[in-house]
Amino acid sequence: MRQPVELLARRFSLVDVAVILTVVALLYTLIHLGAGMAEPLHMGAKIDLNPVNLPYYVGRSLLRMFIALTASLVFSIVYGYWAAYSRRAEKILIPLLDILQSVPVLGFLSATITGLVALFPNSMLGAELASIFAVFTAQAWNITYGFYQSLRTIPRELRDAAAVFRLNWWHRLWQLELPFSVISLVYNAMMSFAGSWFFLSASEAITVLNRQIYLPGLGSYLATAIMHKDIKALILSIITMAVTIVLVDQFFWRPVAIWSQRFKLEQTKEQTESHWLLKVLQRSSLVRAFGNRVLEPMQRRLITSGGRLVAGTAESGLGAGIKRIVHLLGIFLLLLLAGYTAYYGYRGILLIAQLGFEGVLNLFRLGFYSLLRVVVAVALGTLIMLPLGVYLGWDAERARRWQPFITFAASFPANMLFPFFTILFLRLHISQEWGAIPLMMLGTQWYILFNVIAGVSSLPNDLKEAAAVLGIKGWKRWRYFILPGIFPFLVTGGITAAGGAWNATIVAEVVSWGDHTLQATGLGAYITNATEAGNWPAIIGGIIVMSLYVVAINRLFWRRLYHLAEVKYHVE
Amino acid sequence: MEALIELRGVTKKYPLGERSEVTVLEDISLAVRQGEFLGILGPSGSGKSTLLRMMAGLVKPTSGEVLYKGRPLDGVNPGVAMVFQTFALYPWLTVLENVALPLLVRGYPWETCREKALQIIDMVGLDGFESAYPKELSGGMRQRVGVARALIAEPDVLLMDEPFSALDVLTAENLRRDLLKLWLEEKIPTKAIVLVTHNIEEAVYLCDRILVLSRDPGRIIAEVAVNLPHWRERKNPRFTALVDEIYTILTRRKIPAAPPAPPAPRRLPVARVGAVTGLVEYLLEVGGRADLYALGEKFAMDLEDLLPIVEAAEITGLVRVQEGDIELTSAGRRFAAAPLLERKEIFREQILQNVRRIRWIVSVLSSKANRRMPREFFLSVLEQHFSPEEARIQLDILIDWGRYAELFGYDEDSRCLYLEEGETVG
Repeated sequence: MRQPVELLARRFSLVDVAVILTVVALLYTLIHLGAGMAEPLHMGAKIDLNPVNLPYYVGRSLLRMFIALTASLVFSIVYGYWAAYSRRAEKILIPLLDILQSVPVLGFLSATITGLVALFPNSMLGAELASIFAVFTAQAWNITYGFYQSLRTIPRELRDAAAVFRLNWWHRLWQLELPFSVISLVYNAMMSFAGSWFFLSASEAITVLNRQIYLPGLGSYLATAIMHKDIKALILSIITMAVTIVLVDQFFWRPVAIWSQRFKLEQTKEQTESHWLLKVLQRSSLVRAFGNRVLEPMQRRLITSGGRLVAGTAESGLGAGIKRIVHLLGIFLLLLLAGYTAYYGYRGILLIAQLGFEGVLNLFRLGFYSLLRVVVAVALGTLIMLPLGVYLGWDAERARRWQPFITFAASFPANMLFPFFTILFLRLHISQEWGAIPLMMLGTQWYILFNVIAGVSSLPNDLKEAAAVLGIKGWKRWRYFILPGIFPFLVTGGITAAGGAWNATIVAEVVSWGDHTLQATGLGAYITNATEAGNWPAIIGGIIVMSLYVVAINRLFWRRLYHLAEVKYHVE
Repeated sequence: MEALIELRGVTKKYPLGERSEVTVLEDISLAVRQGEFLGILGPSGSGKSTLLRMMAGLVKPTSGEVLYKGRPLDGVNPGVAMVFQTFALYPWLTVLENVALPLLVRGYPWETCREKALQIIDMVGLDGFESAYPKELSGGMRQRVGVARALIAEPDVLLMDEPFSALDVLTAENLRRDLLKLWLEEKIPTKAIVLVTHNIEEAVYLCDRILVLSRDPGRIIAEVAVNLPHWRERKNPRFTALVDEIYTILTRRKIPAAPPAPPAPRRLPVARVGAVTGLVEYLLEVGGRADLYALGEKFAMDLEDLLPIVEAAEITGLVRVQEGDIELTSAGRRFAAAPLLERKEIFREQILQNVRRIRWIVSVLSSKANRRMPREFFLSVLEQHFSPEEARIQLDILIDWGRYAELFGYDEDSRCLYLEEGETVG
């Protein structure tokens, strides 16, 4: 039983003071950071390399990340819900999601930035939105797909219970669907958030139509450091990035992930993990009183009042009306989408036509060079990460110990390390034609490592023991036990790594240090150059050809391997 | 007396791929009467859960009518609540919140919901656990929460879908007694209870009337009135006689009442040769004959698990089932006594003689020059009669039997079935 009187009677503690101060500080920071977002265009164009400014830049970068995350979550819930409950919409939405997921997002960045900057010609808001949009596109699809999948895997009996006990859709959303999906939402949000640092740092400083735009943020700080050949600032920005990733993980994702375990469906009592931040919050009587007297009643009000509203509209016949409207709206949206695609598809084709046959052929030639680099990067990455992953994953304890480091390395935006390689390449006179490959590997090999470790950890222990007892060693052990056992995971890692590598071509095929620029022959470099020059036919043609390459290879190569992995190398 | 829920000529079919469909329930007519504890008993595949869900309005019949108090159902039945096999509690809600949920969503203020929920929680014996989460409770306690949640909105009819089958024996027995007590002492305003189960004893222990379903498709093959006074003794000869009677009904293969529909494709029971061998060996040890019901007890197996093995032994002509007894045939005797190689030979003869699909596979294989055929071929033929999942299971059984009999083999790598060397069609 809850005793509100007792709660009020309890003394205010130091913890409560700390909580109040933190809330106030957070609110102030938010207002301060937010105020900078809509400044006139010229003001934000300079980045001050003085380290004093770093916290502000970090704050602005984080604000972008979290706005994008919020947008991604809202988008995911609406889109996923729609796809899961409308059979008609599902047929369009899910394949669309599949394509959006595999298309190189960075290629579109140039198009969206140009468009949004044109929309707000005198304010930073356009560029700000474009950057947020870039991060959004790196986060949203995964979360959406996860939410959709999770909606579809709600056990039948839980659904039946909701129906028998007469929960309407509003009740169901809050009492069943969202709670059930919390784990998936949190997990995918965490992964996507980590992966999107790369896009943030690539989208803050960009040249559009021969105009440099620097959004105040860590990415711009780095870009400015590169321009000024300021090694000190370069190192400083990398350290700041690392610290930021660790702090966000510790103060945000860890507590959220631990909190989300409450929603686990398994009916077993597992060891309860805890986080110091959650403990502090639980200890504060202020937080508890807030929870008991404000949050919980509000939650119940939300369920009862909202539910009554939904039920009321259903009874008065208004519900059917609303349903019709939503239905029509859905069809309208789909038609709009189709019309939009058709119109701009047509315009795009007209633009590409300007390139001429030769030009289009050239795109495919450049795409082929980039493809070769992607292949080499993934192959080399596998060669390095496969043995390492098997070594780390073989022993569960070892895997657990290394997990945080690998997670950190994977979420660190690889493009922030590019300048060091650029300097090295310049010194050693290494051609970027080859140099781009290690740069591409830098960000993508982690996916292979992750999956190999997961694969090895999932090998049944008795199989491992059997291999040991039978004395299967050396090459034979790899050939007959390890490789078949982790094959499905290796394929997943390969797909993700290849997708990442295509994205990386856009930032890795052209790098600069001060006024030195290294260029590779490839589609990524082509798109980057076209964006800087504002050459629309080239931008659109480049993006489309790259997307074609990615989708075609997914269908022709990866999907087959995937099928093979599912039917043949499936360890139960 | 007016029926609370009535089903009239209800049939349920599910589409199977593009062309065919499978009939789960066929021509079911029944009435749930005021004041009765009705049991619906059947093996797996008899569609008994689907039947319950149709009463609840969760599943719409393909044809026929479901009525509640004389009016056809449109959507979820307003007068029922349900208790689920897997409890179906929401793990993110406390016991109190789970139990209060049905009232809360009806728009009652929280204070009212809470008071009523505490009262019911007390009644089902969970006093003191109201702020616990389901995962902190044992299985039996969880199902008590499930019962409390079903009772709070005071339904006319309480539907129970195998509510005790996920619990261990003692816990289940306790819960059965407590439920029966609530019902007999009229502590709850419920007007009827419908219990779906595959446990014959449980049905005889609790119910006033039992409807027995067949499988593939589910039809009502018997109605048994249980005229024993409560509390019933399981050792009572009348009790055991009733259990035996129902056992006999369930194992009787031919259903005389069945309409002369086109011969349904025979579904092989899902039982591996190893299990059949074990059963036959045991029968030889006990003298070639045993009571089916006693056999289930002996192996501590549910009807659900035992029946496929019995049926497999019967199909292959190794045993005979009569009036609740199981008996070795002469082939069965020879099989049980023989060494392995000879056993394989007997088994080969038996399945070639009795299982049409085995003959079909062998003849398909021997008609090919290379004596091989991809698995996909057989699957696609089977899929004309079964769902893809079902077809896969059926083929796996056929392969298991064929391999044991050394009639044909299966190569996992090329996914092909092939004829064993020197084998010809008998």
